[in-house]
Amino acid sequence: MAANAQTIETVEGLAGEYKYGFVTDIESELLPKGLSEDTVRFISAKKGEPQWMLDWRLRAYKSWLRMAKEKGEPGWAKVSYPEIDFQDIHYYSAPKKKTLKSLDEVDPELLATYEKLGIPLKEREILAGVAVDAVFDSVSVATTFKGKLKDMGIIFCSMSEAVREHPELVQKYLGSVVPVTDNFYATLNSAVFSDGSFVYIPPGVRCPMELSTYFRINEAKTGQFERTLLICDKGAYVSYLEGCTAPMRDDNQLHAAVVELVAMEDAEIRYATVQNWYPGDKNGKGGIYNFVTKRGACRGARSKISWTQVETGSAITWKYPSVILQGDDSVGEFYSVAVANNAQQADTGTKMIHMGKNSKSTIISKGISAGRAQNTYRGLVRVMPGAAGARNYSQCDSLLIGDRCGGHTVPYIEVKNRSAKVEHEATTSRISDDQLFYCRQRGLSEEDAVSTIVNGFCKEVLQKLPMEFAVEAQKLLGVSLEGSVG
Amino acid sequence: MLEIKNLHATVDGKEILRGIDLTIKPGEVHAIMGPNGSGKSTLSYVLAGRDGYEVTEGDILFNGQSLLNLEPEERAREGVFLAFQYPVEIPGVANATFLRSAVNAVRKHRGLADMDAMTFLKTAKAKMKQLQMDEKFLQRAVNQGFSGGEKKRNEVFQMAMLEPKLAILDETDSGLDIDALKIVAEGVNALRSPERSAMVITHYQRLLDYIVPDVVHVLSKGRIIKTGGKDLALELEAKGYADIIADAA
Repeated sequence: MAANAQTIETVEGLAGEYKYGFVTDIESELLPKGLSEDTVRFISAKKGEPQWMLDWRLRAYKSWLRMAKEKGEPGWAKVSYPEIDFQDIHYYSAPKKKTLKSLDEVDPELLATYEKLGIPLKEREILAGVAVDAVFDSVSVATTFKGKLKDMGIIFCSMSEAVREHPELVQKYLGSVVPVTDNFYATLNSAVFSDGSFVYIPPGVRCPMELSTYFRINEAKTGQFERTLLICDKGAYVSYLEGCTAPMRDDNQLHAAVVELVAMEDAEIRYATVQNWYPGDKNGKGGIYNFVTKRGACRGARSKISWTQVETGSAITWKYPSVILQGDDSVGEFYSVAVANNAQQADTGTKMIHMGKNSKSTIISKGISAGRAQNTYRGLVRVMPGAAGARNYSQCDSLLIGDRCGGHTVPYIEVKNRSAKVEHEATTSRISDDQLFYCRQRGLSEEDAVSTIVNGFCKEVLQKLPMEFAVEAQKLLGVSLEGSVG
Repeated sequence: MLEIKNLHATVDGKEILRGIDLTIKPGEVHAIMGPNGSGKSTLSYVLAGRDGYEVTEGDILFNGQSLLNLEPEERAREGVFLAFQYPVEIPGVANATFLRSAVNAVRKHRGLADMDAMTFLKTAKAKMKQLQMDEKFLQRAVNQGFSGGEKKRNEVFQMAMLEPKLAILDETDSGLDIDALKIVAEGVNALRSPERSAMVITHYQRLLDYIVPDVVHVLSKGRIIKTGGKDLALELEAKGYADIIADAA
């Protein structure tokens, strides 16, 4: 019927042009393509790392070589892409000017880029309560608001700096949640990670502002290997925001980040991500490969880790922010919105591993598919024998726009304790012609109608985002689906 | 205000409207009555521009301008409002958010600035009071979990906020008890003015006791078979459709 055909056409139109497709012209220091032991040594030397760090990287590199030889890249996700040539990638690039003390020293062009992206580096926004550790390509060039945080004993700096200044913390926690040999991409990251953020909140301290890092991939063919480590000591609290956009590129760009969170007794970590990397064009050319390992450990009793993500970008998303619930009465949460339009592929979800007694987890996943996209929720809930009284509630909803996309839900549930209670609900729905017509009859354009309906569908997750992100995320959902209905 | 000329329309290739002529002047309220399947709802969808309802002949002029080439949202912004027979649920979208977007889309079209949140809230609360609706409805998701009566009341509330030039009420009385019916009718009557018109589609005469029409049309098999004053509705109620249709044939 005409109605359906037109709806589909509109959905396809919503794909829109990528709005942040600009490239900043800043001379960068680029390591030639290729990966070898020398690459690892070069990166480590470039950062002036101590021997133990280099050794750690080299161990990872050797493990990765073995993995590459034995099994290669993981093949179980519902995504397809040509085999990656790991020798055809740059593993290091850095803006030439670095380690700046104040914003005045930052390249004005870089600041202009940040402004285009709406990154709140300026005083005005900082006063609004956001301290930004801006990661441009691979090296942190500006870290703001450190003084105030330092007074409270909070450490918020680049990973390179942490390796130099806080080796005892880094040695103790790095790789303690995501081991060096965890998986193919995490192991690669361990060998060649370029930079990232490090956060430590001392016992009993409540971080007074949302900590925030903006990532941006800018150098053609440069793998981005961020490494983030966040430790929240006993009774401490922190909320961390991570958001990203990247310039338009034709070639695929590999991104394999690792994020590790550690929550001690009574500590709480909230980690929110808005991911908007270049998804490729309508036909699937270009776009970021986003292979990310994110995991948190609730080490102490009554600790809590909450992941919230809004994933709209990347050609391929492979990402499962997880929580290991070691502490008794610990809490893990995962709130996710994943949008896949055109030729995008998303395979994302979470793992909740219950070890502590009465540990509790909640999973709310909203997947939106349009165009020819494939969107898969893949999640594991595992209750170990010792986790008496463990509880999990999972809800996975898929929304389809048009009739050529796919939404898939793949839950894995393993319960080894009889007193545990695990619930899983899943729904799949479509944006109906009735809904679109109703909205349009009230004066909304078709695009606004789609955006309104989608935002309603995702409401439970969007509500979990910090205020600063919520508005941005709502706009982003609209932009990501622009032209998906016509 | 509204001129429907020899309107023919098909749905899925089947002709449902078979030559309708109808003129509504500013300030007038017209009732469209008729048995099931006579084309009443189709007429309302065709006027609102719903996809899949194809006009094959004739024209619809709204203040002299043909509506046929306008998208549904453009017709809405021009001032055509359809109160749905089956209002649609939009999960997760607060009534207030939805309605404010709608109000501002219409205002923008009319060259007016956006209505700010405070003014919107104040206006909305006043209208809700008139319709005896709980303010909590503003925060509830659009029509989700509403009873049949609540949905209809919500339609009239939206209409009151959007202040359309032409309101089409498609069986707004169905599912309403007599008290709710009175309230809804009052809401509609409050909007009556020399500049606004309404088309009230209904099965039953009951609604017309409260929204008194200037003209009553009887629709059968896609054509208007009889037109009269408000007494025609009473006659219909007494005799039933069969007799009138037989008389007209």
